[in-house]
Amino acid sequence: MFESKDLLGIKDLSPEEISYILDTASNFKDVLKRDIKKVPPLRGKTVVSLFFEPSTRTKTSFALAAKRLSADFVNFSVSTSSVVKGESIRDTALTIQSLGADFVLIRHSSSGVPHFLSKIVDMSVINAGDGANEHPTQALLDLLTIQSHKKSFKGLSVSIIGDIAHSRVAKSNIYALTKLGAHVRVICPPTLMPADVNRLGVEVYHSIDDGIKDADVIMTLRLQLERQTKGYLPSLREYFKLYGINHDRVKLAKKDAIVMHPGPMNRGVEIASSVADGPQSVILEQVTNGIAVRMAVLYLLGGVRK
Amino acid sequence: MTVLIKNGRIIDPSQGIDGRKDLLIKSRKIEGIYAAGKAPKTDKIIDASGCIVIPGLVDMHTHLREPGFEYKETIYTGTMSAVKGGITTVCCMPNTSPINDSVSITQFILDKAAKEGACTVYPIGAITTGQKSEELTELEALLKAGCIAFSDDGMPVINSLIMRRALEYSKIFNVPIISHCEDMELSKGGVMNEGFVSTILGLKGIPKSAEEVMVARDISLCELTKGRLHIAHVSTKGSVNLIRDAKKRGVNVTAETCPHYFTLTDESLISYDTNLKVNPPIRTEQDVAAIKQGLKDNTIDVIATDHAPHHFDDKDREFDAAAFGISGFETAFALGLGLVDQGILDLTEFIRKFTITPSHILRIDKGSLSAGADADVAIINTETTYTVDSLNFISKGKNSPFHKWKLKGIVEKTIAMGKVYDWR
Repeated sequence: MFESKDLLGIKDLSPEEISYILDTASNFKDVLKRDIKKVPPLRGKTVVSLFFEPSTRTKTSFALAAKRLSADFVNFSVSTSSVVKGESIRDTALTIQSLGADFVLIRHSSSGVPHFLSKIVDMSVINAGDGANEHPTQALLDLLTIQSHKKSFKGLSVSIIGDIAHSRVAKSNIYALTKLGAHVRVICPPTLMPADVNRLGVEVYHSIDDGIKDADVIMTLRLQLERQTKGYLPSLREYFKLYGINHDRVKLAKKDAIVMHPGPMNRGVEIASSVADGPQSVILEQVTNGIAVRMAVLYLLGGVRK
Repeated sequence: MTVLIKNGRIIDPSQGIDGRKDLLIKSRKIEGIYAAGKAPKTDKIIDASGCIVIPGLVDMHTHLREPGFEYKETIYTGTMSAVKGGITTVCCMPNTSPINDSVSITQFILDKAAKEGACTVYPIGAITTGQKSEELTELEALLKAGCIAFSDDGMPVINSLIMRRALEYSKIFNVPIISHCEDMELSKGGVMNEGFVSTILGLKGIPKSAEEVMVARDISLCELTKGRLHIAHVSTKGSVNLIRDAKKRGVNVTAETCPHYFTLTDESLISYDTNLKVNPPIRTEQDVAAIKQGLKDNTIDVIATDHAPHHFDDKDREFDAAAFGISGFETAFALGLGLVDQGILDLTEFIRKFTITPSHILRIDKGSLSAGADADVAIINTETTYTVDSLNFISKGKNSPFHKWKLKGIVEKTIAMGKVYDWR
C-alpha cells in the first residue's frame, strides 16, 4: 500500500492511503483498550524525535506510540545539543542516522524541513509539524475522531475556524478532508487567511455565524497570542467576540455537531470553557486517538522499510 | 598583435550592423569591421563560422562578493565566470563587507580587478553610508575613484527623504540612482512570492506590492526631482505598468529585469529547492507575460543577471534560512536567447538590451564594436544545445535553478580587452 518511506504531509497521499492508515489506527485503538497495551512489531527499532519547536503533547504521544510498538524512543534534545552550538540541520540529521535511528520525527518552524531531510537521510522521516505547511498526524487523528462520530466523510460539513494562514493543522486537515469528500469551510479574519486558499477547494468565510451554520464538525484552532502584536488583530477580546466558539454559536451548527481543538487551548480566546468542557466536545478523545494514529504511521512506514 | 575574426555574423546594435563581415582587433582595441575577405592580413585568425560575433555583454547588476565574502566569489572567479558567459563588463553592487561606500573600497575593487580580473569591472557605490538609508555617501569622491552609479542594492533606501536627496544630488554628476524596490515591512519574513503556491508550501510570501509601492514612490520622487532613476530587477506586472506609464509621461526612468524573472514561475518552487530562492522572488505566469511585453515595448530597457553567487552551505539548508540569490553569469545569454526563440525580441533587440543600452544608461564606452572601442567580443553559437551543469560553473556559486536544463546558445570564445578565451 505504502511506497514512501516517509510521511511528509497529507498533500501527496491518496484517499486510499489515508483510509488505510485510519483502518490500521482503528485496530491499534483496540490494542490501547487492552490491559497490556504493548505489541511487538517494532522491537529492535529506534525512533528519535528531533523537535526544534517546543511541544509536549505531540512528542509524548509519539513516544507512547513508539513504546506501545516496542520500539526504543529517544529524544534528541535540541536546546541542549550541538544545534545551539551552530550545527547545521543536515549534520544533525546525519548524526542521528549514524546513531542508528530507523525513524526521525521532525518538528521545525521552517516549512519544508522534513522534505529537505528526506532527501538526505535513509531513515523514515515523519513530519511532526513544519512551519505553516503540514502536521499530517494531527489531521489523521482528527479524521479518526470524526470517523467514530459520523457515518461517512462524503458530504460532511466541516468548519475550520482560526488562524488559517499560520496553521499547519488547518492545511493538513483541508487536504485530508477534501480528499475524502467532505465540504470544508474556513473561517477567519482576512488578515489570517492565506492567499488564494479557495483554490484548495474550500469555502471562505469571514463571518463565523454564516460559516458555522449547519456544520457537522466545528474545528477551532489555537491562536498564537503574538498575532495581536503583529497587526493581524486589534485585540484578543475582539477576536473572541468575532471568532470565539461559544454556546450560542455551537447551536447554529447541526444538533449532533462535534467540537474539536488540536490543543493546547486558549480558553476564552478561541473557545469558551463551557464549550470545551461541554457535551459536544471531543477534544480529549482526539488526544487518545493521537497515539493510535501515530502507532499506525510508525507501523506502516516500518513495513515499507522491510 | 592583430586578430581577425572571420566568417561570423556580426551583430552590433550600436552601429545597426547585422551581416557576414570580418572584425579586426588590434591589441586591446577594435580596429574595424570589414566586408568578408577585405580585411588586411593579421597575426591570428579566428574562424567564427556558424557563430554570431557580438560586443561583449555588459552586465549592469552583479555581485562579486569581494571584499568580505570571498568564500562565495572573488573578483577573479566572478569575472572569469562572466567572461565564460560572454560578459565582458560587470558592474558590481556595493553590498560587500565592508560596504562599498568609500573611496578605499572602490580602489580596492578596482586594484583587484586590474590585477586579477578577467574583464572590465565598474563598481557601483552605495547611495547611503553603510546602506543604512541615513546619510548620503560622498558621490563626487566615489565617482572620481571609479564608481559609475549608485545603489543600496540588497537594501532599499527606506527613507523617502534620503531617496529624494539622492535623486536630486546625483543630478550634479548626471549618474543614475539604481533602486532596489522593496518595502521591508511588507516583505518582512517573506521567502517567496505570496500567492497560491506560498499557501501550498506554507512559506511566508512576499506580496507584489512590496515591490510596486516602492517603484511608485521612486517614480514619483524621480518626477519631483527630475533626477535619473533606474529600477533594478523588475519582477511584477504592476511594476512594468508603473514604469510604462511613467515613461509615457516623460519621467527619466529606466529599468532592468533578469533572466529568471522572464523564465521561471513560482510553481517551480514546489519542491522547496532553495536555488529558486531569490529577492525579489520568482513570480507568476501573468508577471512573466508582462515582463516579456515590457521587454518587447522597451518599458524594460536592460537585461542584467543580478548574479548572486552563494556557497553550497548557504543554500543547503532549511528554505527560510537559505540565502537569496541565483548564480547567473553562465546561463544568462542562453536564457535571453529563449526570448528570441519565442518571438518576444529579435536577436538585435536582445543584444541591444545586454550591451549598448546599459552602456548608455551608465555612460560608459562599452557594448559596441565600433572602431576604437575596447576589444570586448563574444562569439556565440546560437544553434548548439547543451545541458547546464552548475557544478561545472567557473563561478564559486553553483546555486542555479537551471541545473540540468537544456539550453540553446553556447559561448564559443570571449575576447576581453583583447585577451582571447577559448571555451571549446
